[in-house]
Order: sequence, then C-alpha cells, then structure tokens
Amino acid sequence: MRMLIVEDDSETATFLIKALKESGHTAEWAADGVTGLSLAREGAYDVLLVDRMLPQMDGLALIQTLRKEGNQTPVLVLSALGEVDDRVKGLKAGGDDYLTKPYAYAELLARVEALSRRTIPGEQATRLVVGDLVLDRLSHAVSRAGEPINLQPREYRLLEYLMKHAGQVVTRTMLLENVWDYHFDPQTNVIDVHVSRLRSKIDKAFDKPLLHTVRGAGYVVREDS
Amino acid sequence: MKTAKWQPNATLSTTIFGITAIGVTAFVVLTALIFAAVIWQANRVFVSDVLGTLSAEAQTLVAVNETGQAETLPAIVAQLSKNRTDRLYILAAHDGRPIAGNLKAVPKELTTSPTGGLFTYQLPGSQSSDLRAAAGISIELPSGSKLIVARDIEEQRSLVRWLQVLAIAAFLAITVGGLYLGLFASRSVLARVERVSNATQAIMAGNLAGRLPVQGNGDEIDRLSQSVNEMLEKIEQLMHGLKEVSDNIAHDLKTPLNRLRNRAEAALRSAQTPEELSAGLGQTIEAADEIIKTFNALLLIARLEAGAIEETKEPVALSALLSDAAELYEPVAEEAGLGLKITDLDNATVSANRHLIGQAVINLIDNAIKYGRKSKSDAGHASQSGLIEIGLRRENGQAVISVADNGPGISAQDRARAMERFVRLDKSRSLPGTGLGLSLVAAVARMHNGQLLLEDNHPGLKAVLVFPLA
Repeated sequence: MRMLIVEDDSETATFLIKALKESGHTAEWAADGVTGLSLAREGAYDVLLVDRMLPQMDGLALIQTLRKEGNQTPVLVLSALGEVDDRVKGLKAGGDDYLTKPYAYAELLARVEALSRRTIPGEQATRLVVGDLVLDRLSHAVSRAGEPINLQPREYRLLEYLMKHAGQVVTRTMLLENVWDYHFDPQTNVIDVHVSRLRSKIDKAFDKPLLHTVRGAGYVVREDS
Repeated sequence: MKTAKWQPNATLSTTIFGITAIGVTAFVVLTALIFAAVIWQANRVFVSDVLGTLSAEAQTLVAVNETGQAETLPAIVAQLSKNRTDRLYILAAHDGRPIAGNLKAVPKELTTSPTGGLFTYQLPGSQSSDLRAAAGISIELPSGSKLIVARDIEEQRSLVRWLQVLAIAAFLAITVGGLYLGLFASRSVLARVERVSNATQAIMAGNLAGRLPVQGNGDEIDRLSQSVNEMLEKIEQLMHGLKEVSDNIAHDLKTPLNRLRNRAEAALRSAQTPEELSAGLGQTIEAADEIIKTFNALLLIARLEAGAIEETKEPVALSALLSDAAELYEPVAEEAGLGLKITDLDNATVSANRHLIGQAVINLIDNAIKYGRKSKSDAGHASQSGLIEIGLRRENGQAVISVADNGPGISAQDRARAMERFVRLDKSRSLPGTGLGLSLVAAVARMHNGQLLLEDNHPGLKAVLVFPLA
C-alpha cells in the first residue's frame, strides 16, 4: 500500500515510515500542509495520514480542499486533540477515521489497513464468507458448515464488522467505536468478554478456529493456513 | 497603605467633580434668572401699585381744582406737602415756575411722561447731592399749570438693591461652596479609589488573601468592593483548587512515570536474553499506556470544568443509552460473578453530550463491577452472588439514573468526604484504574447541570446521577 504521511514532526514521521515499511507498505512524507496537499493531488496514494496541526496549512483545511476537488482518497486524521467534539470536526471535514495521539502503532496500522479496504468491493456485499462461516446480511442469518448459529443482535454486529474486515487486524477500540459507538476506553476489557462469547458460538464446536486474538493488537477473523 | 495626596489634575478630572461643577453652574444660572425675574416683577407691581394710588389722589385734586376756586389747589398742595418727606407734590405754572409743593422743580423725567413714571430728586433742604428715587404722576391742568403727585420709593429701591447684593453674595457662596464640596467629595472618592487600587496591586503582587477595604456604610463603592471581594474569594478558591489539581496531576503522572522508568531501567540492567529484554519493553509500553489513560481522563475533566462541551449537546434518550450500557456490561458482570439487571426504565430525554453521559454511566457500572462483590462479612450468604441494579426514573422533572451494588459500599462519613473530594480530584489513587472515574462522573454531571449523589444501598453503594429533563 502507498501512503502519504503529512506530519510536521520529523521523528514521528521517520518512525512511521520505518514501521510501515516493516509492515509491507511504502510511505512518503510531507512536513507541511501545502506540500502535503500538492503531493496528495499528484500521487495516487491508498491512504493519507494527516496530522491536524500543521505549518502553513491546517490538516482539516487540507482534507476539505481535497474533498472539494473530488479526491476521495481515504484519510486517517492524527491529532493530539482527542475530545469528542474534535473527532466530530475531523470527520465532518472529510476525514474517514480519527486517531488520537499518543497512539499505539498496532492501532494505527489496523486502522490504516481497514481504511484502504474501503475502496475494495465487499463493503456492500450481501453475503460475507470466511472459510465455512457465512453471514447473510439480508436475513441476518449466520451459519458455519451449514449449521445455523444463533447470535444476539450485538454479537451479530460484532461478527459482521469482523468479517467485513476479514484478514485484517481489528483493535478493541475500533470494535468499541464501530459496534457500540463508544469513543473512549472503558477501564475493564469489556470487548474481550464479548469476543470470547462470540468465539464460543462460532468456533467452539469446530476444529479450525476462525476468530483469532492478535497479541498486543486485537482480533482477526481469518481462515488459517 | 499610603494616603491619597492632593493631585490637582486627578481631582479635577474625576467624574464627581465634573458633575458637581456642571450642577453648580446650572443651579446658579437658573436661580439668578429666577431671582432677577422675581425682583423685576415685584418692582413693577410695586411701582404700578404706587402709581395707581397716586393717580387716584391726583384725580381727586383735579376734581377739587375744577369745582373750587383757583386758589384752593395751591393751598391744598401746600397743606398736603407740609412736613412730609414721603409724599411729594409740586404745582407748577405753565412756564415751570413752582407755585406750591415740597419738590424743588418739576422732575425732568416726568415732563414727557403723562402716565407717570420713576424719577430722582434731591431731598428738600438737603445740601448733599444724594438723589432719592420716587414714583410720580404728572397732570396738566386746564389752566396750563402742572400738578405732580409723587411718592418717595427710596426705601423700596434700597431694599431691592440690598436683595440684589444678597443674591449675588448667595450665588458666590453657592458657587464656591458647591465647587469646594465637589472637590472634597472627589478627593474623598479619589482617596477610596486609591485605597482600592492599592489593595488590588497587593493582590496582583500575589497576596491572594487580600481584600478590598469596605467601610461598612453600604454605599455604592462599598457594594462594588463587596462584589469584587466575593469574586476574589471565588478566584482564591479556584486558585486553591488549581493548586490541588496540579499537585494531584504531579502525583498521578509522576508515580506511573517513575514506574515506567523503573521498568525500563530494570530491563536494561538485568535482562540477559532478547526475550527478557522484549518482555521488559512490553512492560514499559504498558506503563506508558497507563499514563496516557490517566492523562486523557485528567484532560477531559479539565475540558469539562472549562465548560467546553456546550455546543455538543443534543437530545439524548437515556433509556436507550442505559440499555446499551447494560448490554455491553452484562457479560462482564457475569464473568465477575455478579448479576446485572435493569430495574426501572422510564422514558427520559435530556440535553446532553451523548458520549460523555455514556462514559459517566459506564464508569459507574465499571465501578460497581470492580467493587460490587459481596464483602467478607456477608460470606455467610456466599451462595447469593452480588447484584448490580441499574435504574432510570423520572422524578420531579428530573431524570434519575441509579447504579447500585451490594459491595462493601462507602461509609457515611467517607461518602461526605468522597463527595467533597469530587469537587477537586479524587485523592485516593491506591485502587486499580486511573482513580479518576468518579471525579469524571461528577464533572460530567456538573457540566449538564446535574448532580452525582452517593447513597447507601444497604448494603453497598448506590450512585445516583440526576439530570434536568430536556
């Protein structure tokens, strides 16, 4: 994946470029808003990582300009401003996701990868399939190896989100935000309990587990090789 | 405190002095006009009165002259004017030669004034050049001679003059007195302003306990000083609170920062294998995450205290929010061996920031799960697991959210102290978590014009959030 990092702190940028390279992506760097905008206009990037507070041009202004020009490249807004109203402003300006500094790299990677898949068809698919696990988005029916699985509404939405991002690591925060619409960290690890309940329903009776825990990052639904 | 010195420019430029000067000037001019009008009018009425009397007298004399002999009139005039100085008469021949009367000659002022008028004359027998004022009437007799009947009005004239002098003296006194009063008032106000200003300087210099002087007579400056003093009281409290907050932040962040440093140091010093080193680094990252969480909570509380959420308020249906929260936590509670159920769920909508109210409710449930296990003294009922009850009721135009557990609770005197602590930050940080959970809930409640109450659940803690309905 090709990414553009618009970030004025060179150490942060250098760290991200190196880490993303290790994760198999390439990343370019613009140190200010104006350079960032011109690079984003020319280069065909898969994802833009834009800091909010930038020299010369504010990050949100950059995104607004791109969106006005019809550029739909997914944008992850990175910001030290992390309150709910800041997040709303960031998303209103055209950002696709919002990550507050300081962040864990695993969180950033998971979100960037989730964003890049937005453009891939599958988002609108009516049937999600991972191995022998099938989720029908029209009838809300879930089955594995032909056997119907009875899920609570929230468990269904949890599985739907995981399967929509099949093969991608999904963090606890992403689940909390997208399945429960909570934008903060609860003290206890509530998500783990819900995931383990879901796991007991879809994986317990079968040999091959599909819902995996990724240590230090989150969860992934994937047909293991 | 230094006393106010005489500062001419400062004194003359005060508002009080300006108002006094304008007032005195206007008063003096107006009163002078009224005085002048009164004196003029009184004079006029008096003169016309005198002239009226004189006219009647003259008519009588003329009538006598017409009916009697020609000699009678001079005799009567001579008789009338004999030994009189207040009543003045003269009968003069057509060539102006006096025939009878106590006036020396026909007054020049009256020769052209047949209806009467004012004139001056010399007192008969007086050698001095003193002229006295008189009002008189002149009548042309058929014989061609002239009869003048007059009254001395010198006394009235000097009364008027005296009145004028008195008025001018009074005006001078009023002007001088008024301006002096203005100066005095302005100086005394200036002196008080100076004292207030000195007190303010002292407070700005860092003496936050300093207050403005209040004389105690309840005048406008006193009232102003009192309000400023109340404000200073509030500021002092806030500064005190801020100091406590910064002390707490220092404590809250320094402790985990120190922990982070220790772990990193330990890994560096004693790790023998790459695995040990990487485990040490993992622990370091965990410590960093803990710091970030605390920092976020502190920042959020600070933002709430600053009232930065007003524009993010929207109508929030609490029943949906509570059932979502209960659904999220029900499995967690079960895992912890606790029951979780919603007891009441009235419909209640409040104007709020949905995320913040959600976080507040979740913090309460989180606490209930953390501390809701039955205390050891209840071990006899071990089979009976703890229960967390969540309720939403409408009461007196308020939405009342309650989260109750059967844990050890908080004793009554500690509850009061705990409530007090929420005003600032929670001081007890020995428990797991950031320890800011309840402080955050209280801050969220305050920002929504609501309240967090801690009650006894017999046994356990019942946390109650009260919000005004939308």
